[in-house]
Amino acid sequence: MPDNSMSNTISPEPVVFRARGVTKVYDMGEVKVHALRGLDMELYAGEMVVLLGPSGSGKSTLLNILGGLDTATSGHVSYHGRDITGAPDKELTEYRRFHVGFVFQFYNLIPSLTALENVAVVTEIALEPMDPAEALRLVGLGNRLDHFPAQLSGGEQQRVAIARAVAKNPDVLLCDEPTGALDSATGIVVLEVLERVNRELGTATVLITHNADIAGMADRVIYLSDGLISRVHRNERKKSPHELRW
Amino acid sequence: MKGQALAIALIIASGVATFIMSVSTMQSLKLTQETFYEDYRFADVFASLKRAPESLQTRIREIPGVDRVETRVSAAVNIDIPDFPDPVTGNIISIPDIGESLLNKLFLREGRLTEAFRDDEVVIGEAFAGAHGFKPGDKLGVIINGRRRDLTIVGIALSPEHIYQMPPGAFFPDFERYGVMWMGRTALATAYDMKGAFNDVTLTFSSNADVNDVIERLDELLKPYGGLGAYSRKDQLSHRYLSEEFKQLEQMAAMFPVIFLGVAVFLLNVVISRVIHMQREEIAVLKAFGYSNFDIGMHFVKLVLMIVSTGVIAGITGGGRLGEWMSNIYMEFYRFPFLKYELQPEIIIIAALVSAAAAILGTLHSLRKAALLPPAQAMRPEPPATYRETLPEQLGLKRLLSQPTRMIIRHIGRRPVKSLLSVTGIAFACAIMMVGSFQGDALDFMVYVQFGLSQREDIAVTFVEPTSGRALYELQSLEGVEYGEVFRTVPARLRFRHRSYRTAIQGLKSGGDLQRLLDADLKPIDLPRSGIVLTDHLGEMLGVREGDRLTVEVLEGRRPVLTVPVAGLVSQYLGVSAYMNLSALNRLMHEGNAVSGVYLATDSRYLPGIFKKLKEMPRVAGTGIREKAIAKFYETMGETILIFTLINTLLAGIIAFGVVYNSARIALSERSRELASLRVLGFTRGEISYILLGELSIFTLAAVPLGFLIGRGMCAYIAANLKTDLYRVPLILEADTYAFAAAVVLVCACISGLIVRRKLDHLDLIAVLKAKE
Ligand SMILES: Nc1ncnc2c1ncn2[C@@H]1O[C@H](COP(=O)(O)OP(=O)(O)OP(=O)(O)O)[C@@H](O)[C@H]1O
Ligand SMILES: [Mg+2]
Repeated sequence: MPDNSMSNTISPEPVVFRARGVTKVYDMGEVKVHALRGLDMELYAGEMVVLLGPSGSGKSTLLNILGGLDTATSGHVSYHGRDITGAPDKELTEYRRFHVGFVFQFYNLIPSLTALENVAVVTEIALEPMDPAEALRLVGLGNRLDHFPAQLSGGEQQRVAIARAVAKNPDVLLCDEPTGALDSATGIVVLEVLERVNRELGTATVLITHNADIAGMADRVIYLSDGLISRVHRNERKKSPHELRW
Repeated sequence: MKGQALAIALIIASGVATFIMSVSTMQSLKLTQETFYEDYRFADVFASLKRAPESLQTRIREIPGVDRVETRVSAAVNIDIPDFPDPVTGNIISIPDIGESLLNKLFLREGRLTEAFRDDEVVIGEAFAGAHGFKPGDKLGVIINGRRRDLTIVGIALSPEHIYQMPPGAFFPDFERYGVMWMGRTALATAYDMKGAFNDVTLTFSSNADVNDVIERLDELLKPYGGLGAYSRKDQLSHRYLSEEFKQLEQMAAMFPVIFLGVAVFLLNVVISRVIHMQREEIAVLKAFGYSNFDIGMHFVKLVLMIVSTGVIAGITGGGRLGEWMSNIYMEFYRFPFLKYELQPEIIIIAALVSAAAAILGTLHSLRKAALLPPAQAMRPEPPATYRETLPEQLGLKRLLSQPTRMIIRHIGRRPVKSLLSVTGIAFACAIMMVGSFQGDALDFMVYVQFGLSQREDIAVTFVEPTSGRALYELQSLEGVEYGEVFRTVPARLRFRHRSYRTAIQGLKSGGDLQRLLDADLKPIDLPRSGIVLTDHLGEMLGVREGDRLTVEVLEGRRPVLTVPVAGLVSQYLGVSAYMNLSALNRLMHEGNAVSGVYLATDSRYLPGIFKKLKEMPRVAGTGIREKAIAKFYETMGETILIFTLINTLLAGIIAFGVVYNSARIALSERSRELASLRVLGFTRGEISYILLGELSIFTLAAVPLGFLIGRGMCAYIAANLKTDLYRVPLILEADTYAFAAAVVLVCACISGLIVRRKLDHLDLIAVLKAKE
């Protein structure tokens, strides 16, 4: 389990994701949009990576391909050495079901289920899940188990979403602008939860943000521009979220 | 939206098609009838008599209000057709020796009219010719007045007087065993001992005629000559039955479209309000940009009108085609010489206006709700919907339910009214399926009651004229006849206050086993010793109740006018009649034990022999065969009512599909976001389908029993209103009607489920992540 002191050494951990020459082209008839243009990257076990880049640079596209929600036009993505490019829908579903946790900007909770049930909906179908109540306690919502999404604040809803994502004990956590719809104080609470999950459970985490300040909490910061990685920055010292201000 | 718009258009199209089909068929048949009547000079007044000298014609012509008069000879005959074992009877009517008839002209389908003064030529009716495959040149044996003649068929014709050809005493036409034919006047008069005389007269009114006065005066004139009562078109057999049939069709043509269009309009409103609800954000944006409520209203009205007009146009085109097709079937069935199919612009306008008005009203109503919302509030994303635990969960079932199941029931429970509307929509679909098919059950039941409980003889023999009751013994002695009961039929006009009805009084032996009268519970009852018993429908038409005193104008013999108390009403689904105890009737008529015919129970193995004997009896005017009557009944109904119902069932099926499919699509659009989220979380296609289709299944299963209830109500409404002299449809719903309606709805649900399921396979997972709720 990595801790802050180890984060600046060359990571000996096994590779979770390896992307090679990944391109994504949206064919819009007249024009073709090249969202990704032959991108290479790795994600290592237990690390926290922040993806930064201007709007339209391909961050979400990359994340979706890594998470098995989308398929690359060419190139290869492997997960723990297994090629997931071009895998059939059934395999991708299974992959998402057992190995990947997602957190999105708009929470995507099921409004008809309580916080507890929103987590249980995932643990019911997972292999070795946590207890849903425990997952909610982990995100500091032990006292909100029976609240419906409509009865929770945005930040609380996002924490339920995180609890739901981690409760299946995934290998990776993919977060697309999880604080995008939140004010900074609430955002920091959510980031703290992500940091805690990464630290305590060792879940490799990819976090997309528009906020350069958030990059401070990452092991590595990957800068995307125009469908390619323009720069990778390794933080000498990870900040903890409460040190962040924006 | 496209699929949904199509489904709405389909519902409208089916509703409109039913309407157009029904009304245009009706109008075309009537127009055809009118044209045929006019062009072929269908008479206004008809009268039969024993025999009057030809000179009487001048006096008839002198009656004020009479335009044209034509006297005729009409002869009841037995017909001998080689290789056809059943007794065949017929009626030969005279036509002028030279030239065409003055009234009731013949439409020649094939061949020619008889040549002047030829006594071996005959023109036969098309229906009869068709039933036996007769062609001009074929020969026919006819027994007139006890003497056999061989006649050559020279022509095949149709007459406005015999569009509906009914053997005496029957409920339905029998083209095989009853034929109408025409011969030259002199030839027929010679053969029938009517030289210089006539026994039938028809006439038309002049423009300023006092109808009742003409009939009364004619009656007076004919009375001394054995007149059987002059009557107008209203009581003319063919015309009356045709009118009754038309009335029946008209009632159906009025009821089905009302129900169908009503259901279509209801569904249209449900669907439109949901569509508009989903568009509320866009409405708010438009309003924020300064569009007025009017502009927005127009936008949606245009959209809705586009969908509706697609449906209306499809409905008009389809309904027109169906109407023409059905009119052609009816034309052949009724033997009209031609068809005047007409789709009147008024019907089209009505259909279009009703649909459009309903749609616009529905749209505006839903829009008003959307427009009342201030733009700022509408533009804000709707807060996550509030859900609660549902009742079954609170009762402790929760532990048993998986999360997806909880999603299903909470979603239903959150908007109970909306869910109820969905269920009601599907229920209506189920209900109109029942309306479509219930008449089949009713027919079976009518046959069971009429021929199983009431009219149980194997053969009904009618004599040419009233005969001594001893005729029974002659018939009973035939080999194979097991039992016989005599009956007396007396034509009469029944009057109560200002209402009257021309029918026949049936005199029956009390305690008879072959002809039984049934009470309201269909239990056989004994004929009271005195008084008259009426078919319930006849009682209703005359407005009489038990104990009322009915005026009976006998139209036979010395034609007494009597007052007879009503002793009761009996249940009868087919035809209308009046019944009396045979001896009481004989007493009233001042006759001994006269009978008009005999009902026979026979051993079916001996039937051919019995028929052969009956054919040889000159006094036998007609032979009704129960088995054939039942077959005829089904045939007649099959061709008229059931075709109509079949098409309606088909259209109901389309509506059912439209409704169920729409419900499924609405559910899909409401839940696609949630379902996509679950897919992202690793739920399989099957698992998310469960959530959506689970809801649809619950709706469908809840809708079926509700549909049964509504359907039963609609059928009861139809049964209560579908009443003619020909028959009354009882409210009988067999299990198969319920099963069929449920099955259609379930199949529609399955197909809709499959289509929606396929859509689920192509859910855009990424799009939902980009958008707010
Ligand atoms: N479904 C699509 N069809 C066509 N083009 C698309 C689609 N999705 C994304 N794109 C294009 O691909 C490019 C990358 O989009 P992506 O969503 O990955 O950007 P992003 O880096 O996540 O931007 P943002 O920070 O604004 O979310 C953009 O130019 C976008 O227009
Ligand atoms: Mg993005």
